[in-house]
Amino acid sequence: MRTTLGERLTDWSISGFMWGFRILIVLIVVLGTFFTLQSGKYTGEQWIDFIVFGISQGSIYALIALGYTMVYGILRMINFAHGEIFMSGAFSAYFLATWLNTVGFVDANPVLGLLIPILFAMLMSALIAMLVERVAYRPLRGAPRLVPLISAIGASFFLQYTFRGFFGPGVYAYPPIKALEGEWVIFGIGILRVQVIVAIAAALIMAILYIVVMRTKIGKAMRAVSEDKDTAALMGIDVNRIIVSTFAIGAAMAGAAGVLYALIYRQVNFFMGFTPGIKAFTSAVLGGIGNIPGAMLGGMVLGIFESVGPALFLDGLGIIRPYQLKDAIAYTMLVMILLFRPSGILGERLTSKKA
Amino acid sequence: MSILNINNVHTYYGNIHALKGITINVEKGEIVTLIGGNGAGKTTTLKTISGLLQPREGNVLYNGENLGKYKAHEIVYKGISMVPEGRGIFTSLTITENLEMGAYSRDDTQGIKDDMERVFTLFPRLKERRNQVAGTLSGGEQQMLATGRALMTRPSILLMDEPSMGLAPVLVELIFDTIQQINQQGTTILLVEQNAHMALSVAHRGYVLQTGEIITSDTADNLRNDPAVQKAYLGME
Repeated sequence: MRTTLGERLTDWSISGFMWGFRILIVLIVVLGTFFTLQSGKYTGEQWIDFIVFGISQGSIYALIALGYTMVYGILRMINFAHGEIFMSGAFSAYFLATWLNTVGFVDANPVLGLLIPILFAMLMSALIAMLVERVAYRPLRGAPRLVPLISAIGASFFLQYTFRGFFGPGVYAYPPIKALEGEWVIFGIGILRVQVIVAIAAALIMAILYIVVMRTKIGKAMRAVSEDKDTAALMGIDVNRIIVSTFAIGAAMAGAAGVLYALIYRQVNFFMGFTPGIKAFTSAVLGGIGNIPGAMLGGMVLGIFESVGPALFLDGLGIIRPYQLKDAIAYTMLVMILLFRPSGILGERLTSKKA
Repeated sequence: MSILNINNVHTYYGNIHALKGITINVEKGEIVTLIGGNGAGKTTTLKTISGLLQPREGNVLYNGENLGKYKAHEIVYKGISMVPEGRGIFTSLTITENLEMGAYSRDDTQGIKDDMERVFTLFPRLKERRNQVAGTLSGGEQQMLATGRALMTRPSILLMDEPSMGLAPVLVELIFDTIQQINQQGTTILLVEQNAHMALSVAHRGYVLQTGEIITSDTADNLRNDPAVQKAYLGME
């Protein structure tokens, strides 16, 4: 095929820019890491702190990312209201947890005091997601792909401002659970209890989800529907019911994540879903959207990079408050994945049938 | 009473008039074939029966009951099962899981187990590979799986869309032998085929479909000896 000189120049300048971008990022990472480690500014214990925090944060991203990835897998659509589903869960749990705390239930039964708000948040998030699916997505099932996306953004604003309208723009303090305060000392290194509990709880929930998806009838039906809706219907699978269940299960994960997030940051707010929502979306893309283990992996990778990255990559370059740039690291990762490996770490090739 | 009556059905894709008033009857225990070229409306007919498409006019009666009010997944529970065009196996599920999906409409654990064994007896190659992901199967094995999966619903009538498509002649023979076996075990079959020669060799009766209309119907033997059919669909002059 003949191309004009102008076209070739454009190609060269684009690929030149891409290579420049890659080299720049690699340089920042390598040089930053080198100078940081050489300066010896952080102790081994601090690095472990960063990693543990990254794991607990990452497991929250992973939980939320599952909802994005499952809905994408089944409907090829990004549910941008998912961050608000997460917020709704955290908010619902806040009210229940506060009440349980005032009546003294949490101090008497720390395990149940933790578990009941999580289950309640899962339930509330699932109900809200089912409502959103029914009202904002299902009527648009056959519409061009941009349409449900816009509807999702609308649903997202609707939920945010509904919570704002009812509960105001203020920040509510999530009640402390005494049993989660303090540190555990493992091999002479102190680790915050709450972070360990969050990571374990998230891992348990994800393990249950994985078993549901791989082993149960409904999980297998979800996988079948995500491959081919018509054929799934020919098996007697009620496709709409499976889609609603997918929304509900994904939302329940997000609701649980909302409580875990509130346990770490000790606060809830109507806008709290926005950033974790986008981070979790990044995680889902990072791991390969539509891929369940990918979402789990992507969440962990993003959490750890975000936590370790500022100190490791940026501090050595003389940036004064590198931790302020952790979001920049997350979004740089999103851009890089989209540019260089759009299918994500574990992503499947998008066949024409699926795309 | 026929097991399946398709009465003057008109089906559209958007504005495209795909079926222009076709009428087909299938009696219990028969193999009926629907032959015709590309775009004749064969797949559309099957999709209209299975509920993936709705007729705009006319109706489909199953044991005398109008299927119009049922959705595709509900029709499966009535006893109609379809092997879709291109087989439509779930490539990321294992062979066993694909068969389990076929049995989605059923709750009788023991019966499902027995039927799975029956499928494995019919297609021993599937049994060897039952824990493999179905995407790794060859075309012929995928066709076996799709057929076995459709049998897992314990259908009274099996709709098959182009089972010979893309298969080597040896495998085509095997699949058609199986179709006869399935029929002899009591399942009525409506078979859509471009390979008219094979289809007419196993079927009892046949319909010839051309651009959305039935142009002729007769017993399979008569169709095979019909000069027009021979010329158009059997490659004989």
